Order: sequence, then C-alpha cells, then structure tokens
Amino acid sequence: MTAGAVNAQIGVRDRDSARAFVDERVIPLAEKFDYDGAIPRTFVADVAATGVFGAVVPAAYGGSGLDMVTLGAVHEEFGRGCSSLRSLLTVHTMVAWSISRWGTEAQRNQWLPRLATGEAMASFCLSEVEAGTNTSDIRSSATREPGGWVLRGRKKWITGGQLADLFLVFAKTETGIAAFLVPRDAGVQTEPINDVLGTRACMLAEVVLDSIHVPAEAELGPSSFAPAFLLTTGLDIGRYSLACGSVGIVQACLDACVAYARERRVGDVLLSEMQLTQAKVADMVTSVLAGRELCRRAGRLKDDGDEATIMATWVAKYFASRAAAKAATDAVQLHGANGCTREYPVARYYRDAKIMEIIEGTSEVQQITVGRAALQQGVRLPE
Amino acid sequence: MPDARLIIRTFISDRLPQVEFSDDDEIFELGLVNSLFAVELVMFIERTFDLVLPNEVITLDNFRNVAAMAEMIELQQAQAVRSK
Repeated sequence: MTAGAVNAQIGVRDRDSARAFVDERVIPLAEKFDYDGAIPRTFVADVAATGVFGAVVPAAYGGSGLDMVTLGAVHEEFGRGCSSLRSLLTVHTMVAWSISRWGTEAQRNQWLPRLATGEAMASFCLSEVEAGTNTSDIRSSATREPGGWVLRGRKKWITGGQLADLFLVFAKTETGIAAFLVPRDAGVQTEPINDVLGTRACMLAEVVLDSIHVPAEAELGPSSFAPAFLLTTGLDIGRYSLACGSVGIVQACLDACVAYARERRVGDVLLSEMQLTQAKVADMVTSVLAGRELCRRAGRLKDDGDEATIMATWVAKYFASRAAAKAATDAVQLHGANGCTREYPVARYYRDAKIMEIIEGTSEVQQITVGRAALQQGVRLPE
Repeated sequence: MPDARLIIRTFISDRLPQVEFSDDDEIFELGLVNSLFAVELVMFIERTFDLVLPNEVITLDNFRNVAAMAEMIELQQAQAVRSK
C-alpha cells in the first residue's frame, strides 16, 4: 500500500485533515505541477480518494455533505498548497452544488455519486471569447429538437476542461440562458490552453460544442425565471471558493516570508529584525485574519440560507483576492532576487494571485456590484 | 406572521428605497431588478416562509409582482401542510 493510499484513506473532512493532506501530498508537488502546466490524472485520483470532491454532495448520494463554513476552510487549505488544484476543486464543487440544489432526482442519481468520488470530474462551462465579464453576451446556443436540444458554440478559459467528464454548459435559448449537463462522450471536443500566467496547472481548455445533441433531461434547473438564475447561484459558490482559496494564498505568503526572514541576513542583521519586513508580515497577518472572517461570514450566511450571503461573498472575494495580490507582491519583494526563481514558491503565489483578481468576477466588477448596491439601498452594514 | 404581501413588499422596498411600486407592478419586466436580486428574492422567500421552492415554481410568472409571489407562497405553504 502506497503512502498516498494510506493518506487518502484518512479523508478530508475539515481544516485539520485538509491541512495535513496538503502539507504531505500537495505542497511537495505544487511547483512541479506549475512548471509542467498540468496535474496528472493519477494525482487527481489520489485527491479524489480523500472525498474532497464530494464535499458539497449530500451523504445520501455518497458525499460528505460538509457545511459551507467547513468547505471554505478546506478550500483555503488547498489554496494555500496549490491554487491550480484548488481551482479544479472550485469548478467541480460549483457543478456538484448546482446539481444538488437544482437537479431532478434522476439528475442527482445519475451524476452526484460519480462526482462525489471523483470518478467523474466536472467543469463549469460559461466563458467565451467575447463573453468574460459580460456573461449575458454568450453566443453558445441551445436549440430545441424533438426529444432534446442541440448545443452549438465554443467556450474558452474552462478550468479543468482538459480532464472533465461532465460539463455544465450555459447556452442561450429562445427565452434566456439555460444550463445543460453535457457528458464529454456526447461528442464534446477540448483543446488545451497552455502557458498562462498563473494557475498554470488548472487544466485550462477551450471547449467545442459542434452540434452536440443532448436529451431534454440534460437541462438543469429553472430556466424561465431571470435570464441567468442558475448561473448566478453557481457563480456564487465559485466566488466563495475562490475567496477562501485567496486567503490560502495569503497564508502561504506569510508562511514563506516568516521562514525566509528568520534565516536570511542582510549583512549582520536578520531580515526578521528589520522593521519594513515586520510591516509586510503584519499586513499579511491582518489580511489572513480579516479575509478568513469575511469568508466565514459568507459561509455562515450560506448555511443559514440567508440571502445576504450573495453580497457577503462578493465582499469576501473582493477583499481576499486583492489581499492575495498584495501579499504575494510583498512576498516576492521580501525574497529579493530569490523570489523571482522557482527555488522559492513566492513567484508562483505572485502569478496565481494575479489570476484571483480576474476570474470569478474581476476586482472592478466586485467594486461596481458592491458599490452600486450600497448606493442604491443605502445599506446598513451588519454588526 | 404578517401578511406575505407586506413582507415581500418590505424586502423589495429595502432594496429599492427610491422606487415606488404597487403589488401589481411587474418588477422584472420594468427592469427594476436583475438576476442577482432574483436569487436573493428566492432565498429570502425560502428562508422567511420556511419553504423549499421546487424548480417548476421558480418561474417569471410566479415572481412577476408582489401579488403573484404572495399567491405562490400561499399555495406552497398549503402543499407543505398537506404533505405532512
């Protein structure tokens, strides 16, 4: 029995078990994943064996049914270890959650057990060349035909697209944007996107939908309400996961800087004894604690079914992603030239953190959304 | 529990303090609210009235105005009682 198999049996069910798995199995390989621009399927299978891909799947369908606060802590730990791997967790969780929440019993029975074990990996298929921030401008279409739909279009920047078995595809119908559960073996083609700036190993792909026929039962959730109702709820889960993962990046930067500063000397003086080092570290400590509380709040509100979680998640993502970018910048600066090499992980954190400011809603979109809501509602902020 | 119309109207008014609307005004057709608000509205109704709204109930017709939402809630509450 390999060490990996032994560890996998422990299971990831909370922060402590996630931390242990990440420390032992993920961190030693994260730099190689980033350098190679890929995470091997065998490793994804090892991660799946911990049960973490089934975190939001109810126990009745083989998942661990974690609450959202615990899920956030788990995703933070994975973000601390490897943002590329955390990204795979994020999109898989978005799809699994969407099916759990909006799926018919048949859809849940068909997909949730396989998603829970990682036997089937899932990707969230929304973005297109001309539709990133402007999701309503997607051009992929879903046309009715007897017994089902025909999907046509091309998706870009699809995390996990290279290895997904199931794609949750968003396409325009006559009435708005609808969501479809599309298995790869329905004829979906994927083209790898390599050599991106950050989260280089998140198995990014373009997804080609060349007249893909799916049965009527492939449509997921309510589609005739707001133009992108199911889309909004799925993105909320992704935003939450990314916010938590961003806090993980800050923690990783803090860990790296403390270790480095305790050893590195400038002349006769340890870096750790220098005030500007202390200032940078203080900012990281503050960001971890503040970001973690914002994420916990968003998670608690999700667990309570409180609609305030939507805006709370926007705030958490905005804060945490910007905090990650600043922490990573400071971490590289503190490491000096060493921080620009692969010998230390901070260069990877710097590149990954930049991605956090762009995906799941750019920082600018977060600002506009939160600002407009406050100006429109004259909100009284919660105590 | 206060009237469902009052509860829903208050929720929407808190979000749109500068907009006047009646229980019969179609808030989505008038462009007063967006998909983000739609999600918050569904979550609010489920939490406040202790319901889990099935997909087939989450339609534009049931959410078009305050009156329609209140009627939908009453039906769902009655169904929930019958199911027990």
